[in-house]
Amino acid sequence: MTLLQVNAVSKSFGAIHALTDVSFSLDAGEVVGFMGDNGAGKSTMVKLIAGNFPPTEGEVVVDGQVCHFHKPLEARAKGIEVVYQDLALADNLTAAQNVFLGREVNKGVWPFTILDKEAMIKRAAELFSELKSETRPRDLVKKMSGGQRQAVAIARTRLSNAKLVLMDEPTAAISVRQVAEVLELIRRLKSQGVAIMLISHRMPDVFAVSDRIMVLRRGSLVADKATAKTSPEEITGLITGAIRAA
Amino acid sequence: MPHKAIEAAPQLNHAMLSEVAEIKELTPLQRVFTSQAFWVTVALVVLYSGMAMYEVSFGTVDNFANLTRNFAPFGIMALGMTVVIITGGIDLSIGSIMGAVAIVTGLFLTWEYPWYVAFFMGLATGLAFGAINGFFVAYVGLSSFVVTLGMMSVARSFAVVLSGNQMLYKFGPDAAIVKAIGQAKWPRQTPGDSLPDWIPQLSSHFWTMVVLAFVVGYVFIFKAWGRHLFAIGGNEEAARLTGVPVNLVKFEAYVFSAFTASIASLLILGYSGSAINAMGQTYELRVIAATVIGGANLMGGAGTAFGAVVGSAFLEVIRNALLMAGIDSNWQGAFVGAFIVLAVLLGKQTGGKSFVAAMFERIVPKRNRWKTAAGK
Repeated sequence: MTLLQVNAVSKSFGAIHALTDVSFSLDAGEVVGFMGDNGAGKSTMVKLIAGNFPPTEGEVVVDGQVCHFHKPLEARAKGIEVVYQDLALADNLTAAQNVFLGREVNKGVWPFTILDKEAMIKRAAELFSELKSETRPRDLVKKMSGGQRQAVAIARTRLSNAKLVLMDEPTAAISVRQVAEVLELIRRLKSQGVAIMLISHRMPDVFAVSDRIMVLRRGSLVADKATAKTSPEEITGLITGAIRAA
Repeated sequence: MPHKAIEAAPQLNHAMLSEVAEIKELTPLQRVFTSQAFWVTVALVVLYSGMAMYEVSFGTVDNFANLTRNFAPFGIMALGMTVVIITGGIDLSIGSIMGAVAIVTGLFLTWEYPWYVAFFMGLATGLAFGAINGFFVAYVGLSSFVVTLGMMSVARSFAVVLSGNQMLYKFGPDAAIVKAIGQAKWPRQTPGDSLPDWIPQLSSHFWTMVVLAFVVGYVFIFKAWGRHLFAIGGNEEAARLTGVPVNLVKFEAYVFSAFTASIASLLILGYSGSAINAMGQTYELRVIAATVIGGANLMGGAGTAFGAVVGSAFLEVIRNALLMAGIDSNWQGAFVGAFIVLAVLLGKQTGGKSFVAAMFERIVPKRNRWKTAAGK
């Protein structure tokens, strides 16, 4: 089932053409590696799908509906969640508080509604155990490892049962052991039928988890291949431009 | 075949993650012991009882009523300041807002309006100034220091101009009511009543502070709005991305701060029965000091309602104690300044532990360390 379809999308900022005529589609439960050099247009593509701005030309189709988002909240309402590179966590709050940030569960009758802390902690604990993460809902995020922080950010996307999760460099700047942890989290998401777009510079990580790899160069999509049918060498060539297209 | 000792004690070989990284959850009691507000409360009790023993007139019921009345306006404003500081901002304009509120209220009273009209106009003035602060900080995106520094000047000048640089004290027919509000006491001690004499006659200022402190504490702990304040102070961008209405919450924080300043101003106006345009001058610094002593973090993301009240009480007790001990009042500044630094040092978190806890551990090593050593 096609979840996301990007049809001939172009995006320009004044004279700069960040994306030119990009088309691809994404199925539920599919992990797609999204690669490219700095300035290739990866972040523009992610921001476009995440709803930061609409495309200049072309259309983004989610679940068969043409959606041109103007705010990230609109994309979220459609089941698209982003795990940002800096994870967007408030260090001074606990894991559960971060998971529910901006979507707190209340109980009681207005104006005496109060936060339903037990319910939120319980739900957060469930999400962490679904992700097989050791993260405890009452711990402060400040004191967590990189892998646990990722788990908190990913648990947040599970809260709304997102259909598509965009992950921006989830394995950059964390230790080898934590990378394994994060890749495992990605596999868990996939097994629950979530489609994932993995934006990464780290070739081994992309090859380890993705079904398909797409390469952007200078704003154009130059490759869209099954991971099994390509090699790190070919992808490197595509990223740098040594290989024109595949 | 593995050695018997290893089989018998497999957990000895693998340190729990929590032991290495010290990420154990704090028990409620530990949380109390690591909080700055707790240590300031201890210091406050020690200082108070020490002074009460040293100087009889300090420990009297009357002086207690005096102390609580003196610090209550600061406590009220410290609650507002805490809200702003938790978001990572600062409000330097509260002292000037007090002046403006007092003059506007005083003018309406002088023009012989009923007291509630005068109070309403004063409150509206304060809220308007707070709204201007909030607008420029939250929606325009200017630094709170700059905006409120500007407002500090604007509001004071507004008060001076409106008052014609005169003291206002010829309040109309409602002067008595205004005074009654500012000087009200509860419970009342009258000669020959059944109330024990050791119960102090607490002022309306004090009770207002207590009610406000409970409201603010309730909001911090039980309301999403309170949690959003902390999230904004912790990581404003994250709060924005997760859908917290950051601009609105910040705006409301400055309005609330101005609201507390207005309430404090009205109480003082009632107590003194007059309005001067210099009311509240340099109060903003004392309020910030009290807030910081109470454990609020100027970088944002931390602070409590209890801390705001205790910090204000602490400053007043030091001031009063120095006075009663017969120390030259010019030394007050030095003591207050030293205590601000000391309090922040006590509350400093080193490696997830408070400075006090860290020092304590250095002197008295943890017990389980001994156990492990003995087990080997």
